[in-house]
Amino acid sequence: MTKIESKIPEGPLAQKWTNYKNNQNLVNPANKRRIDIIVVGTGLAGASAAASLAEMGFKVKNFTIQDSPRRAHSIAAQGGINAAKNYPNDGDSVYRLFYDTIKGGDYRSREANVYRLAEVSNSIIDQCVAQGVPFAREYGGYLANRSFGGAQVSRTFYARGQTGQQLLLGAYQALMRQVNEGNVDLHTRTELVEIVIIDGKARGIITRNLITGKLERHFGHAVVIATGGYGNTFFLSTNAMGSNGSAAWKAYQNGAYFANPAYVQIHPTCIPVHGEFQSKLTLMSESLRNDGRIWVPKKKEDAEAIRKGKLKPTAIAEEDRDYYLERRYPAFGNLVPRDVASRAAKERCDAGYGVGATGLAVYLDFKDAIDRLGKDAIEARYGNLFQMYEKIVDENPYETPMMIYPAIHYTMGGLWVDYELQTNIPGLFAIGEANFSDHGANRLGASALMQGLADGYFVLPFTIQNYLADDIRTPRMSTDLPEFEDKEKMVKEKFEKLLSIKGEHSVDHIHKELGHVMWDFVGMARNKEGLQKALDRILEIKKEFWTNVRIPGKADGINLELEKAGRLADFIEIGELMARDALNREESSGGHFREEYQTEEGEALRRDDEFAYVSCWEYKGDDKEPVLHKEELKFEFVELKTRNYK
Amino acid sequence: MEKTINLKLKVWRQDGPKTKGRFETYEVKNISTDSSFLEMMDVLNEQLIQEGKEPVAFDHDCREGICGMCSMYINGHAHGPDEDVTTCQLHMRKFKDGETVTIEPWRSAGFPIIKDLMVNRNAFDQIIAAGGYVSVGTGGVPDANAIPISKEDADEAMDAASCIGCGACVATCKNGSAMLFVSAKVSQLALLPQGKVERARRAKRMVAKMDELGFGSCTNTGACEVECPKGVSITNIARMNREYLMAKFKD
Repeated sequence: MTKIESKIPEGPLAQKWTNYKNNQNLVNPANKRRIDIIVVGTGLAGASAAASLAEMGFKVKNFTIQDSPRRAHSIAAQGGINAAKNYPNDGDSVYRLFYDTIKGGDYRSREANVYRLAEVSNSIIDQCVAQGVPFAREYGGYLANRSFGGAQVSRTFYARGQTGQQLLLGAYQALMRQVNEGNVDLHTRTELVEIVIIDGKARGIITRNLITGKLERHFGHAVVIATGGYGNTFFLSTNAMGSNGSAAWKAYQNGAYFANPAYVQIHPTCIPVHGEFQSKLTLMSESLRNDGRIWVPKKKEDAEAIRKGKLKPTAIAEEDRDYYLERRYPAFGNLVPRDVASRAAKERCDAGYGVGATGLAVYLDFKDAIDRLGKDAIEARYGNLFQMYEKIVDENPYETPMMIYPAIHYTMGGLWVDYELQTNIPGLFAIGEANFSDHGANRLGASALMQGLADGYFVLPFTIQNYLADDIRTPRMSTDLPEFEDKEKMVKEKFEKLLSIKGEHSVDHIHKELGHVMWDFVGMARNKEGLQKALDRILEIKKEFWTNVRIPGKADGINLELEKAGRLADFIEIGELMARDALNREESSGGHFREEYQTEEGEALRRDDEFAYVSCWEYKGDDKEPVLHKEELKFEFVELKTRNYK
Repeated sequence: MEKTINLKLKVWRQDGPKTKGRFETYEVKNISTDSSFLEMMDVLNEQLIQEGKEPVAFDHDCREGICGMCSMYINGHAHGPDEDVTTCQLHMRKFKDGETVTIEPWRSAGFPIIKDLMVNRNAFDQIIAAGGYVSVGTGGVPDANAIPISKEDADEAMDAASCIGCGACVATCKNGSAMLFVSAKVSQLALLPQGKVERARRAKRMVAKMDELGFGSCTNTGACEVECPKGVSITNIARMNREYLMAKFKD
């Protein structure tokens, strides 16, 4: 079996990153100009990396499928970004942020990576303020903080309910400054369709111009994947319509390990599903749990009357409400981590206490907060979220409780990377949600923005130099090389094949089928029998797709259905790998809940003796089973404990 | 409560930037009033695919009103008849059974049509690239709390910064002016101490780029503000005019 080399530096936990930086190789300014770096994606991770690398003097080629880097889905993050500043003087520290993140991730992430993340978190806030990000402030002029799930301190910085937007615009503006200075060659409406490997190293990509349909070749001394997660495998998720896992999947097919694919985050506070026509799910920020209280009726007959539209939630007396999170987890209450809150909602709904027309919803109620703080204070904190809710549901959340239900939100799994954020293919790096590295089995709220920007601003710009330092004598390569030609030909044939099927079902039709299978069997609760069924069903869907999909139009020019088809082809395979990984992991950890492994109270039961490892899957060919490698997780600084939020 | 409606759609179809476009009429049936406008467009496209026709090309992504990608001119309004929403957040309960709905792309000299309802808004990126930032590199910056900023300034900067770059203001303006977009960024950064240092240079460069790219001039009709899905105010335009004049006086 291949040895998994995570390259964690020696020394005490708090010294590892400093030691690394002191001893790594750097590239001098004259050589930087001669090195091309391809960055795929322009979200928080991609834009911050592209801007930082270009500022240093590297020649950057940056790619996005959208019409502008500013559209990347990081923009939709609402609640905030964590940092260990301890401005509120409530006992926070780098160690505590590290510890909360390791614990929140249910002890399935690397200590060294997580500690580094906590360590650079403060620099991110400094950087963003310097860029002109308008974070919320107190009357004294200093930065405001709020709390998020899984923490007992207030360490979350925010810009109303649009924190992701403001941070992304900060990174985008830094990027556009470099575009203006000629250091970044920006390609919009351009999609990665293959990765080119030369002599075992990543040396370029093939892209499809989404306007002309033309396939194009690009050389880079190194390639950075920053294309986000694969949550849209489920069809319905809080991800944007265009979010996809294809760039990561191409990396996998070229030999990069895919790590922990089964670890998917299901966010507890989303607007419930309401019909077959639905195209996406909308998140209601976790920050709402600071002031909102989650409940369902205590009596089944009340829940039933509500479902039939005969009873209004406001008519239910206080003593007839079950604030189940406060009841089950008194220490953290409504602010338990996302996986715990999601499962608790499912448990209540499955037991017959759910509300809404479908019975698949619980209440998030602001009445007490409005009584305590006044409507104006709540409006100032969450106004845009309340407005969004009202536009979608047509109910006023100031007057009647919001209805929420869990939905697919984020993928902790992703491309396997070492401490330097490099995959096992030399020269191929993965940052942000696209890698697996920092969140273990469950991500804490307000940590995705932190990780994306940590990777892009403060980690990759250092670690990539350690690799490139050995590459300063490598001249730019011609894209006429056979490796480029072969990959382009392969892609061309794939698109031609897709267009030639001319079957009966649209891409979306088949994608919805996949989504149902994923949600039913690879969703919030999984078991052996269901996962095996999912594998069979996914195989059938794959066959259906490759024999019966209907894609109108041609490969040249704009063809939105062809774009979607290319992505769905990969989602089907990602779904298969997720089910396979979930089947293999015979324990419950974080977002991965196997019904066979739970405590008497229904809490997740980890099995550290057998499963304290990262599952790294290696591709072996289209119709062959992938091979599992294990990276053992060693805990030298924290003690493995059962998570307790009671 | 949910009900369903039938609609007649007049949709602008255009094969490419240099071909002549035309309206095509389609009928959609049993549209849930709980569905969003773009979900109704999904139903139309599914129908077209089943009929062996080419689906309507339109831009969209986050479908929660923040990415700024969706851009339809519906019944004469950018982002349709509802207030303070993008097209993706517009819901079908705003339409009546049997109604005819006219759907067009953004129309403006600054935003050439790519296909059907898709337009090219690359000009906005070019304007930002010309100066819509604080010239600070990664690292070497002071502690985030080193410079206090009054809550009023931070809040006002955030109001301006909430612009999503969709271009509804340009599509609505009879002159095709990009003043609301440009002034929102100029204001945000001019209000904050970090952005004040290069405020003059920024205002001049961004305005020059805007003029160069063929956007029209502002005649203070205020139509842009009315159709802005994020309620960005035209007071930003007044502030930018001051910034610009001050910068020019200094020259």
